[in-house]
Amino acid sequence: MLYREVGQFKTSYGADQAIFPIAQDRWFVFALIAFAFLAVPLFAGQYLYTEVLIPVLILSIAAIGLNILTGYCGQLSLGSGGFMAVGAYAAYNLALRLPQTNIILVFLFAGFMAMLVGILFGLPSLRIKGFYLAVATLAAQFFLEWAFARVKWFTNYAPSGSVAVGRIELFGITIDTPAKIYIFVLAMTVVLALGAKNLVRGRMGRMWMAMRDMDIAAEIIGIRPLHAKLSAFAVSSFYIGVAGALWGFLRLGSWEPLAFDVNRSFQVLFMIIIGGLGSILGSFLGASFIVLLPIFLNQLPTWLGIAMSTATISHIEFMLFGAIIVLFLIAEPHGLARLWAIAKEKLRLWPFPY
Amino acid sequence: MRAPSGRDIAAGEALLAVENVSLAFGGVKAISDVSFDIRRGEIRAIIGPNGAGKTSLLNVINGFYQPQRGRITFKGRPRSAMRPYEAALGGIARTFQNVALFKGMTALDNIMAGRALKMRRGFFWQLLWIGPALAEEIEQRRRVEEIIDFLKIQHVRKIQVGKLPYGLQKRVELGRALAMEPDLLLLDEPMAGMNLEEKEDMSRFILDVNAYYGTTIALIEHDMGVVMDLSDRVLVLDHGVKIADGVPAEVQSNQAVIDAYLGLSH
Amino acid sequence: MLGPVLETLIGGLMTGVLYSLVALGFVLIFKASGVFNFAQGAMVLFAALSFARLSEAMPLVLAFALSVLIMIALAYAIEFLVLRRLVNQEGIILFMATLGIAYFLEGFGQSIWGSDIYKIGLGLPTNPIFILESVFPGGLLIDPAELIAAIICAVMVLVLAVFFQVTRIGRALRAVADDHQAAQSVGIPLNHIWLMVWAVSGLVALVAGMMWGAKLGVQFSLSLIALKALPVLILGGFTSIPGAIVGGLIIGAGEKLAEVLLAPVLIRTFDLAGGGIENWFAYVLALVFLLVRPQGLFGERIIERV
Repeated sequence: MLYREVGQFKTSYGADQAIFPIAQDRWFVFALIAFAFLAVPLFAGQYLYTEVLIPVLILSIAAIGLNILTGYCGQLSLGSGGFMAVGAYAAYNLALRLPQTNIILVFLFAGFMAMLVGILFGLPSLRIKGFYLAVATLAAQFFLEWAFARVKWFTNYAPSGSVAVGRIELFGITIDTPAKIYIFVLAMTVVLALGAKNLVRGRMGRMWMAMRDMDIAAEIIGIRPLHAKLSAFAVSSFYIGVAGALWGFLRLGSWEPLAFDVNRSFQVLFMIIIGGLGSILGSFLGASFIVLLPIFLNQLPTWLGIAMSTATISHIEFMLFGAIIVLFLIAEPHGLARLWAIAKEKLRLWPFPY
Repeated sequence: MRAPSGRDIAAGEALLAVENVSLAFGGVKAISDVSFDIRRGEIRAIIGPNGAGKTSLLNVINGFYQPQRGRITFKGRPRSAMRPYEAALGGIARTFQNVALFKGMTALDNIMAGRALKMRRGFFWQLLWIGPALAEEIEQRRRVEEIIDFLKIQHVRKIQVGKLPYGLQKRVELGRALAMEPDLLLLDEPMAGMNLEEKEDMSRFILDVNAYYGTTIALIEHDMGVVMDLSDRVLVLDHGVKIADGVPAEVQSNQAVIDAYLGLSH
Repeated sequence: MLGPVLETLIGGLMTGVLYSLVALGFVLIFKASGVFNFAQGAMVLFAALSFARLSEAMPLVLAFALSVLIMIALAYAIEFLVLRRLVNQEGIILFMATLGIAYFLEGFGQSIWGSDIYKIGLGLPTNPIFILESVFPGGLLIDPAELIAAIICAVMVLVLAVFFQVTRIGRALRAVADDHQAAQSVGIPLNHIWLMVWAVSGLVALVAGMMWGAKLGVQFSLSLIALKALPVLILGGFTSIPGAIVGGLIIGAGEKLAEVLLAPVLIRTFDLAGGGIENWFAYVLALVFLLVRPQGLFGERIIERV
C-alpha cells in the first residue's frame, strides 16, 4: 500500500520527465544515497570495503559505460578491458609525470584518453555492424593489451612490466584507508551515474536508441550515424576509462596489463546482460551480482564443510556464469532491471492482482 | 505548430522536380528515365503494380539510393548525391511500407526522436539536465504533445511501440515524421494491412496534415478508392517506367494504366 | 634471407590450415542457423580435452569414437537446452548465449577432465622433411604432422562442400539459415537441422582439437587460440567455406611473417620490450580489411532494403 502514485498529478512536462516521476522512487533513491554515504561507514569493515563495495562501485561505472554503447546504442563491444587499461595507464602516466595534478583531473584525463582511443576504434562501426564490430573491438582489446605490455614508456621502463601508484591526495587529504577510498569512489559513481541517466533520457539517449532499434529509420529522421555512433563510443569509453583508472589506483594499487585482459571485457559484458541491457540501474545490479557470486562461491565450501580446491571453485564459477548468462537470455533478456520493474509494478497494484 | 514553409516556393509551384532519373541494381533496372514533379501543397499519389519501382523512387528522393542518371531539384536547388540525413535536414520526412519504428522505445520517445533535428543544446547541458537543455526538452515535449493530440494517441504515449497494434504503430510512425515539420512528407503505403475503419482514420489524418500544416505529401498506395479520393495528381509507374501522370480522373481512364493493372503484355 | 622467410611462410600456412579448421566449424553453424557461435573455441578445447584424457586409458580409435559420441551428446544438449528456447530471437541475443555456452564449457571441461596440460600422441611421423634441397642451402624444413593435418583439413572441406551443395539436407540447412520461419513453414524440422549442424561442427572441433593438441598440448589457452578463427572469418566472409580456408591461410602466413619481418622493425622504432605481435596482428589485419571490403573475400554484398 505504501507504493502508490495515486494523488501524484504531474502538472508540467518537466515533472513528467523527471528521473523518478514517482515520489516513492525519488525518496527511495535519496535514502539509499544517504545511507551509502552516512550509514555504511558506521558499520563497514575492511573486507566489506575492499572486496565488495569498492569493486561493485567501480565496475558499475564500467558497466554503465558499456551499457551506453551496447545496451543503448546497440554496438556490441568486447574491448572494455582494453579501454579500462587505457584509462589506468593514462592516469598512471599523468600522475607520474605531473605529480602535482589534482587527482580528479587525473581521472578525468584517464577518461578523456580512453575516449580518444574509443573513438578511434569506433570508426569501423560506421561501416560494419553486429558480429563484425564485435571482432573489431576484440582487435582493440588485444592490441591495447599488447601495447601496454610492450611499449616501455607506458610503464616508465619498469623492468617487471608492473606499475604502482604512489600516495593519492585530494585537497590535502590522503586517500589511503578503505573508508576514504569508498567515499571517494561512491561520490564519483553517483556523479557519473547521474550524468549517464541524464544523457540517456534526453536527446542523446533517443539518438542512440534510435540507432540501436533501426539504423536506417534513424538516418531518415535526420540522425547522423557518424554522430550517433561515435558519440556513444566516446561517452562509453570515457566512463570505462575512468573506471579503469579507479580500478588501477584505488582497487589494485599496482597492476600489470593482465588485470585488463579479455576476461575483464567479458566480465563487464556479463554484468550488463545479467543486470539489463539499456538500463542504468541494471548496470549496478549486474556489477553487484558478478562481484558477489564468486565471493559467495568461495565461502560456500566452508559453510557446507567440504574441501574444494581453488581451481575447482574457479571452474565452477565459469560454469555458473555461463549457465546464468544463458538462463537470463532465455528467461529474461532484459535482466535483473526488468525483474525489479516487474516487482515494482506488482507492488504498485498490491494487494490486487491487476 | 508553425506550418513549415517551402522557402521561396509558392503554393502550386514545383517543390520537387525529378528529371530523367534512372536507377539500376547490377543489371536490374528499377527506374528508367522517370521525370515528374511535386507541387507545393498538393497530395501526390504514386501508384503502379508490385515491382513498378515506387518504393525505389521514394528511396531516391530521400537519398537512400543514389540514382545512376538524372537530376533532382528540391526547393529550386539541384541536388547532387546525398545521404538520408541530409534529406531530412532539407525537410523531407518519410514513413515506411513495413513500419520502421524504434521498437524498444515508447511512442513518446519515438516522436521525440523525430525532433532530433530541432534540438541544439550541447552535450554538457544535457549531462547536467538543467538550464537550456531542460528548457529545450520541455519545449519540444510540448510540441510533440500537440502531435500526439492531433493523432489521438494520448493513451499509448508511454507504451513501447513494439507492443502496439499495427494500426497504432502506423499512426506513431506518421507522428514521428510530422515531428520533423517537413516540407515534403513521403508516405509509403500508409494504409497497407489496415481495415476499412483504420483506413478512413488514416485518410482523415493525411488530409488534415495537408490542410492544417500545409505539408506537401507524396504517397504510395494500392487502394484505388483512397488514391482517387485523396490525391490531387497521380503518377503511374510500371516496370520502372512512367506510363501516366495527371489528375485522378484522367489516369483512371488511361488505357496504358488499365493494361498495366490487368497484366496485359507489352 | 629468402630461405628462412619461405620456411616461415610454409610454417604459417600450416598453422593457417588449423585456423581454417576451427573457422570451418563457425561457418557451418553460421550458415545453417545464423548463429555466430562464439563457443566454437571452447568446443575445440572441450573436444581436445575429452580425447586427450580418454586416449590415456584406451586405444586411439576407441577414444576417438567416444569423443565423437560426446560431441554429439553436447550438440544435443545445446540444441535442447539453449537453442530451442531462443528460436527467432535476434542474432545478438543468440551470440551472447553462445558466449555463455563458451564459459560453461570451459568450466565444465576442466572440472571433469582436469586443467593440466595434456599430450595427444597420434602416432604421426615426427621426423622433419626437407624439400627443395637443391634450391636452398639445407633445404626447407616441413613438419610432417602439419602436412598431414593440412591434408585431413582439405579432405574435410571437400566432403562438407559436397554435403552442403548436393544433398537434400544441405539444401534444408541453407534454407534454415536464410529464414527460420520460412523454413519451418515449408516443413523443414528446425530442431533436427540445428542438432545435425552442431554435431557436425562438434566433429570439426574434435578434429581441430586433436591437431592443435598434437602440436601444442591440450590446455586452457587452446580456446583463446581458437578465437583467432574470428579474424579468419572476417577475412573470408561468414558464410563461405572456401573463404574460411583462404582466410585461415592468409592469417596463418600473415602473422608468422609479420612476427619475423615486422616485429623487429617495430621493436627498433618504438623501443618495445619484445615482439609478440602475433597476439593482435590477425585482428588488426581483419579490421583493416573490413574497412575496405566489409563483406569479406567471398561474402555476398547485401542490398539493403527499406
